Amino acid sequence: MKDEIVRFENVGLRYGAGAETLADLNFTLFPGSFYFLTGASGAGKTSLLKLLYLSQRPSRGVIRLFGEDAVTMPRERLPGFRRRIGVVFQDFRLVPHLSAFDNIALPLRVAGVREKDLEIPVAEMLDWVGLGDRASARPATLSGGEQQRVAIARAVIGRPEILVADEPTGNVDPEMAIRLLQLFEALNTLGTTIVVATHDIHLLSKIPGAQMMRLEKGMLADPTGSLRHPPRPKDQLQ
Amino acid sequence: MFKFFAIPGHDRRLIPEGRLSGPMPWVIAIMIFLTVLAAAAGLAMTRAIGDVSDELSSRATVQIIEANPEVRSRQATAAAERLRALPLIEEVRVLPPEEIEALIEPWLGTQDLADDIPLPALIDLKLVRVATEAEYQSLRGALQPVAPGARVEPSSGYIAPVIALVRSLQWIAFGLVCLLALATGAAVIISARSALNTHTETIAVVHLLGGTDQQISRLFQRRIALDALLGGLIGLVGGTAIIWLISIQLTALGSGLVESVGLDWWSWLIIAAIPILGMFLAMVTAKLTVIGALKKIL
Repeated sequence: MKDEIVRFENVGLRYGAGAETLADLNFTLFPGSFYFLTGASGAGKTSLLKLLYLSQRPSRGVIRLFGEDAVTMPRERLPGFRRRIGVVFQDFRLVPHLSAFDNIALPLRVAGVREKDLEIPVAEMLDWVGLGDRASARPATLSGGEQQRVAIARAVIGRPEILVADEPTGNVDPEMAIRLLQLFEALNTLGTTIVVATHDIHLLSKIPGAQMMRLEKGMLADPTGSLRHPPRPKDQLQ
Repeated sequence: MFKFFAIPGHDRRLIPEGRLSGPMPWVIAIMIFLTVLAAAAGLAMTRAIGDVSDELSSRATVQIIEANPEVRSRQATAAAERLRALPLIEEVRVLPPEEIEALIEPWLGTQDLADDIPLPALIDLKLVRVATEAEYQSLRGALQPVAPGARVEPSSGYIAPVIALVRSLQWIAFGLVCLLALATGAAVIISARSALNTHTETIAVVHLLGGTDQQISRLFQRRIALDALLGGLIGLVGGTAIIWLISIQLTALGSGLVESVGLDWWSWLIIAAIPILGMFLAMVTAKLTVIGALKKIL
């Protein structure tokens, strides 16, 4: 369908021979929208994000990404699609022997951006996440919050069409959490579709136009796919 | 194919390269050292077989076995005359008695043997080409009227068992080269897998950021190719030094067959190319191993 960026149809995910981690997922994400993905621990948020950033193929169902079938897509085409998706991993996944600068520059280098064309954007991104003076620091010498900011900077440096963030504010103080959400919102304003998985329901009210998906035991709590409901009060989410 | 050598420094830092710090270059050095020695032995034997075969295959010896020295001498002269007239014969040389005595001196000592033992007269023949068995039969027939007891024997017959032995050793040497190449490939596979395991997380991240299998494999290819080249050069230097020492010792022996065990310029060229071939082998093996492993992940 035109004007959709992601569509899940009857998607299920099973690891090995176990029970389905995700089941019967049906939803559509639209370009330029902001989504929160909530749910209790173990509800399947990270698994759903893995399907979104093409780290896993589903066990069943159809996933259409940027208008193409991501399930049957040949493996050789996946890198090109992955470059259109920015990911903030829950555990940051920074390359330990690279500096903050090199970690943030990595997506651009992978995409073949010339060295002289990436110095300014990377430096600007470092300044934006408040790490302008830590450009040459390696992850081991950064605090948890600083590592998270590097991870976020790395995810957004390539101006992805979709940004997927798994608990992006988990290790930062409230002030930094708001700044990061403002960054996501700014990106969203520029047209990037944002999907943020979080436990922190207080964040939901920070982005007025955001929509919410709630997972319960691997299934969408609202299987009708009506994602446009405003964030619900905390007591209704639990 | 060698595009990975031009990988920028920042990309190289993704998979740190520690020159000579790991076991890989030293394993390759040992493999190349042994390959150089085995190849040198095989090439030297090839040359020796070629030289000796060329020299002996167109030579023959006529033995005139006659107890009476005067009759023997007369028959030898007549046989030589007869042989010189044949178109198959290029050169005829009747060996003087002193030369025959010198030949058997290592076994029978320096006494005046001619009086006690009836030594045969020997005629050394150089043929215009390698003769067939039928032509040797014809030669024997031609000598029959002038020297009834004459025996014509191709010189290659004497050396055939030695050549067969050397040829076996030659094949063993080349077999060793093949085994060492296989062992080098196996070492590279182990090293590449170990490097992949060490850098699994980095590879996964690069993959998820849109890195292609080719981009990732180039990083490993470069690292392993450089390790192989460094190790190969060390092995080549060590192997060449040993070959040089052995060649000095062989020259000092002064034996005809042993002296022919040497290396031509093209043999040296092949030996010098071994580290390059080793690097190429390592590079291809590393690429296949890494691409194969990457294909197992999405």
